[in-house]
Amino acid sequence: MLDVTQINAITDIVDAAQSNAKPIPMLTIDYPGLSLDDGYAVMDELLRRWEARGREFYGYKAGLTSRAKMVQMGVDVPCFGLMMRDTCDPEGGTIPTSGLIHPRVEAEIAFVMKDDLAGPEVTVEQVYAATDYVQPAIEIIDSRFENFKFDLASVVADNCSSARVVLGGRPRRPEELDLAALGVVLEVNGEPLAYAASGAVLGHPAHVIQLLVKWLHGRGQILKAGTVVLAGAMTEAHYIHPGDSICARFQDMSSISMKVS
Amino acid sequence: MALDDTLIARHGDELYEALASGSTVPNLRDRAGGVTNEDAYRIQARMIERRLAAGETVVGKKIGVTSKGVQTMLGVFEPDFGILTSGMVYPDGATIPAGTLIQPKAEGEIAFVLKRDLRGPGITAAEVIAATDYVSACFEIVDSRISDWDIKIQDTIADNASCGVYVLGQDKVDPRDVDLALAGMVAERNGEIVVTGSGAAVQGSPANAVAWLANTLGRLGTPLLAGETILSGALAPMYLFEPGDTLTMRVGGIGACSISFAKEAAHA
Repeated sequence: MLDVTQINAITDIVDAAQSNAKPIPMLTIDYPGLSLDDGYAVMDELLRRWEARGREFYGYKAGLTSRAKMVQMGVDVPCFGLMMRDTCDPEGGTIPTSGLIHPRVEAEIAFVMKDDLAGPEVTVEQVYAATDYVQPAIEIIDSRFENFKFDLASVVADNCSSARVVLGGRPRRPEELDLAALGVVLEVNGEPLAYAASGAVLGHPAHVIQLLVKWLHGRGQILKAGTVVLAGAMTEAHYIHPGDSICARFQDMSSISMKVS
Repeated sequence: MALDDTLIARHGDELYEALASGSTVPNLRDRAGGVTNEDAYRIQARMIERRLAAGETVVGKKIGVTSKGVQTMLGVFEPDFGILTSGMVYPDGATIPAGTLIQPKAEGEIAFVLKRDLRGPGITAAEVIAATDYVSACFEIVDSRISDWDIKIQDTIADNASCGVYVLGQDKVDPRDVDLALAGMVAERNGEIVVTGSGAAVQGSPANAVAWLANTLGRLGTPLLAGETILSGALAPMYLFEPGDTLTMRVGGIGACSISFAKEAAHA
């Protein structure tokens, strides 16, 4: 476990990389002792600084939610990052990427909570009951690491590659959908690039909410009413470039369109 | 130059005998230089003729090579098709006996069962919907009678579009009640997710693939018939499995199906 001085120093590095769109080396090169818990400590310190600057917490994003990515990273639970209100962009708009390093898009399902969820084990039924609605999301991720060299602790310290998010489409009650196999098509400039289904996320996106509540419980926290959760990528991440038009079409949930500048 | 009838029959017979004996033959380019797609469909017709002579009946059609990825791999710009016969159908949840298949792979699909004939050309996706009794989830287990799946487009056409066996899910859904282009598909092997996909991977929509087939066969004077099952194409890349495995799949808004494979018989 690194000490507070080291956590603060790493937070300085990540904060600068995120603010200036300047890539940095994998953090464990200079801080080989950086553990997963340290990574989350850096994320907590980032949040403290962001809130001190007047930014507002908006919700969580889940990463490493596919079996393939978990095997690749040698983990058996997803990682969780933070979303701030000022990183949300409206659908149908133009998303500036000048502040990002190598942005990519992923199609996801967002859960918007209406009741608190707490405890070590919640059921899918409890997740559904506490969910106000689910809706389509496009997450723009941006790893701040050079040459795509990173490990789990570094990714978590980098807020799980969170960058921006677009929520849109049609809000639905989860029990009205086939959330185990809800289809999606991700199109860039009218060209379909990915075909996938919601089961790609841990078999069912509600399982991500269960694991998030469990993770929060381990930190002495709860999932609060009003929070938005991005349940993880259904598709592989695809690079975007200024001028691109992005469209994600979701089964029974309509679609999200946006442009990139 | 097209192959003569004797050669067509010989190649069709060789593929049928490979199917019947669970063996493979080398690809056509090594055995029949210059074979065209038309030749390949004639070889396929001969192979099917042999199955019918052995007592099977025609129950429908399958559409293959429907994804852009597979079309690129084979260097073609349109799907192909094969004939479904009664010996290929197994009930949902069935265990396929050891030795039935040679080098099988699994594909999750949407099957269309027709209530009216479709006579192309000129058939649109809307007419496919109107002529469809119901859609079901479907595992198509593709197989190749060509050694090591070393296929060009003519090989898979001649080999009945690499069709093996298939199962249909028990849920029958009116195609008007499901978003076919966006229907998701999750396929598992022994409870682990292997691939996911969605309807648009099949020619933009599975209904487009069925319309393509109606029009392609229509130009040859052959209709799709009421009561026939049409397998519309893979929603995600095909995947490998082993004897002893159980495969399950679910299509969003339609239903699920499963199929198991018996372990190899123990050697005495």
